[in-house]
Amino acid sequence: MIPTLSGNQGLQIEEPLIFEQDSPGACGVDLPDAPAIDDRLGGLARQGPIGLPGLAEPTVVRHYTRLSQKNVGIDSVFYPLGSCTMKHNPRLNEKLARLPGLADIHPFQPQGTVQGALELMDTCAHWLKTLTGMPAIAMSPAAGAHGEFCGLMTIRAAVAARGETRTRILVPESAHGTNPASAAACGFTVDPIPATARGRVDLAALKAKLGPDVAALMLTNPNTCGLFEDEILEIAEAIHGAGGYFYCDGANYNAIVGRVRVADLGVDVMHINLHKTFSTPHGGGGPGAGPTVLSAALAPFAPLPAVVHDDQGFRLIEHAAQSGAMPVGRIKGYHGQFGVFVRALAYMMSMGADGLRQASSDAVLNANYLLAELSSDLSASFEGPCMHEALFDDRFLKDSGVSTLDFAKALIDEGFHPMTMYFPLVVHGALLMEPTETESKDTLDRFIATVRGLARRAQDGGAESFKAAPVFTPRRRLDETTAARTPVLRWKPPAS
Amino acid sequence: MRYLPLTGADRQAMLAAIGASSADDLFRDVPVAARRDAPVDLPFHAGEMEVEARFAALAARNMAAGSVPFFLGAGAYRHHVPATVDALIQRGEFLTSYTPYQPEVSQGTLQYLFEFQTQVALITGMEVANASLYDAATACAEAAAMAARVTRRKKVLLSGDLHPHYRSVAASTLQFTDIAVEALDPDPLGLEDLLGRVDSQTACVIVQNPGFFGRLKDLTALAEECHAVGALLVVAVAEPVSLGLVAPPGAMGADIVVAEGQALGNALNFGGPGLGLFATREKYLRQMPGRLVGQTVDADGRRGWVLTLSTREQHIRREKATSNICTNSGLCALAFSIHLSLLGEEGFTGLARLNHARAVTLADKLARLPGVKLLPQSFFNEFALLLPKDAAQVVDALAAKHILGGVPVSRFYPSYPELAEVLLVTATETTSEADMDAFAAALREVLQ
Repeated sequence: MIPTLSGNQGLQIEEPLIFEQDSPGACGVDLPDAPAIDDRLGGLARQGPIGLPGLAEPTVVRHYTRLSQKNVGIDSVFYPLGSCTMKHNPRLNEKLARLPGLADIHPFQPQGTVQGALELMDTCAHWLKTLTGMPAIAMSPAAGAHGEFCGLMTIRAAVAARGETRTRILVPESAHGTNPASAAACGFTVDPIPATARGRVDLAALKAKLGPDVAALMLTNPNTCGLFEDEILEIAEAIHGAGGYFYCDGANYNAIVGRVRVADLGVDVMHINLHKTFSTPHGGGGPGAGPTVLSAALAPFAPLPAVVHDDQGFRLIEHAAQSGAMPVGRIKGYHGQFGVFVRALAYMMSMGADGLRQASSDAVLNANYLLAELSSDLSASFEGPCMHEALFDDRFLKDSGVSTLDFAKALIDEGFHPMTMYFPLVVHGALLMEPTETESKDTLDRFIATVRGLARRAQDGGAESFKAAPVFTPRRRLDETTAARTPVLRWKPPAS
Repeated sequence: MRYLPLTGADRQAMLAAIGASSADDLFRDVPVAARRDAPVDLPFHAGEMEVEARFAALAARNMAAGSVPFFLGAGAYRHHVPATVDALIQRGEFLTSYTPYQPEVSQGTLQYLFEFQTQVALITGMEVANASLYDAATACAEAAAMAARVTRRKKVLLSGDLHPHYRSVAASTLQFTDIAVEALDPDPLGLEDLLGRVDSQTACVIVQNPGFFGRLKDLTALAEECHAVGALLVVAVAEPVSLGLVAPPGAMGADIVVAEGQALGNALNFGGPGLGLFATREKYLRQMPGRLVGQTVDADGRRGWVLTLSTREQHIRREKATSNICTNSGLCALAFSIHLSLLGEEGFTGLARLNHARAVTLADKLARLPGVKLLPQSFFNEFALLLPKDAAQVVDALAAKHILGGVPVSRFYPSYPELAEVLLVTATETTSEADMDAFAAALREVLQ
């Protein structure tokens, strides 16, 4: 191919940094002039220019529009990123989150002027408690990992309130990295538990690790292999029998909403990723929200604030002295991810009790369809049925010269976002596919046909094309080693 | 059900392909005792019109800031957000993408985060910044933990002029670690002496500028004192617009800057989501929490961007990670970055001058009222007033007159009776002269 003169390739436009488009004097806003005053800066005015580029509004619009075109999202492609639940993000939720009565309210307005907002938080909490069957909830965690941290803090406080010292947390080897990181941030030590050949927690190994110093088990269910822990009641009984608590990582809760109540599994505490299960957008990395449901035993330790309701209306409890409980304090500024609550509640109300149950069924059906249709060409790690995601490993690529990474990159050229790669760690070269319930059978069939074709190409000596992939993207494979060895983390003006 | 594409016929065909008799059959690994045969006790699905009506009713029971004269701040600021910001962040390629793990199809997210990191470093006067944390309060806790790692010390000192939520989040977050947090009493009068409290055990001191009570401080001497004993100075900024006019923490010797980015590009949203900004010196890079985007080249030698230094992070390092954070505030960072791009040097400094001028005008109007005392001598766009009456009661009386007249400090410190009459008041570019006059007149009435 002859390179283009401009460096652009049709709809793919090369776009410099904003700093490289500086037009001194240009500005994308028209502000009134500041009235003349004697400043009250106490001699602390900034000296010298900041170095921000000047850009008119059209330049800014074109810049970010072009950047957006170098991205894919759920809006544009099938995005079966396992464990991440890339489901459709309804625009109704965005519209409602922008109502002035919900977006343009301040966290410290008098509470009589935000009764609708407090009712919204309370209603969102009610839906989450009812769906999970859990009696209490902490709404303030900002994300899944923050919910883990919140839950572990309540466990730590509850253990201390019993006059005990328990410092060890059991975490399966297949767990998300946030689990051990959250445990460490809460001052616990982490003890790994192996998996069985069936991809589940090894109950005997778990029992052998229990002891008077174990504070909790952190278990993802459905687990990160996409399987339901079928011995979960025995697991819960074992941890409770040893005086520990059962933390459930709710990252995969979307598989069972409306079909299984978490409370019926013996769970003491679970965070819920509203940005996964309840359809709020991932936004290229966030924001999310991680409300955390709690058992009666852990509820008194929930962090502040909390919304309560009495004949005076809705009220925020913001201080321990008002709470009548033993809160672990405050873990997030203000009242939690309110804008995310608006979107999640809009989704829950749109779907309803019946729709949420159907969504779980369809998510599981779609994943099992992938598992069934791809098992002959790929190597399924475990026997089905799976839950909301299907796990394969790289045995089908053995001796092909193609790695899991190469396979994923080839999928990009075919117009699909890759599945999660190399996670969970318990199988070799993992490919974890989560289709979600918002994909049609037609999309799945096209994906299946493509994956099968690629698997055959890999097995038929096509390694070279995999190694080169992707070629139809704004950038081809990027050199991550150099990026880490000599970090360039910001733009700097060229030396003059 | 509008979000579910599968038809009944699809489901039957798929079950047949799987070899399952029913959807229930796919859930056969769930213990029988835990299966539920019917939907839970919640309303059934609803169309857009019904849901909109329900939310409109909730929204109507809130007093929107833009509908009345409005003077609240205390860490959450109401600025005018250009229409361009919201139009651009709602592009599906930004809104509906995940964390940019696949760089070849995420250059858009990666490039704007690289630009965001640069903007944050420039306005704070620091060398490097990360791709965002949840909010300034959690960023304070992360900064304290990072300072403890850097210095291998275990004592953290929190100023009484630090936002009370930043203080409580830092203290709560670190309570089960071996780091000891000492929080000084709230300091409305600017009397606290931090210089005398830093010693060879101190990992860091965390101060805020402008302070929670509005005061602007020269932190240079404190930075020197910290460095002389091997401690770090962490500076929190609650109002990033101040950085358009006030000397940045980096110029005063800060080692870590944490800030709340909400004020640029983002609505109030009742306080969340926020946007935690986090910047530091290059030498502390490997102890930093959060994601970082770095520049590199692709297989054809073209410039591109990737997530980098991820060996600090939980998905690689697990319990030895610098933080447990995974999800951050990516889309809020985009809004911040677009707003700052629109502003540029001229707009950002002009916006800051306008905010300061409005606040000075308002402070003069209010301080003329009988019995009202302006507490800080120097401030940016927010200041504490000492009233002759209980500030919470004053604010309620003003709200009854449809004026949202500031934040009573007792909301944060109910157990400090000496703060009951302190009110925090903010003016921004959205505050009109008429708003100020209405506020001054109403406050005069309420105080009589």
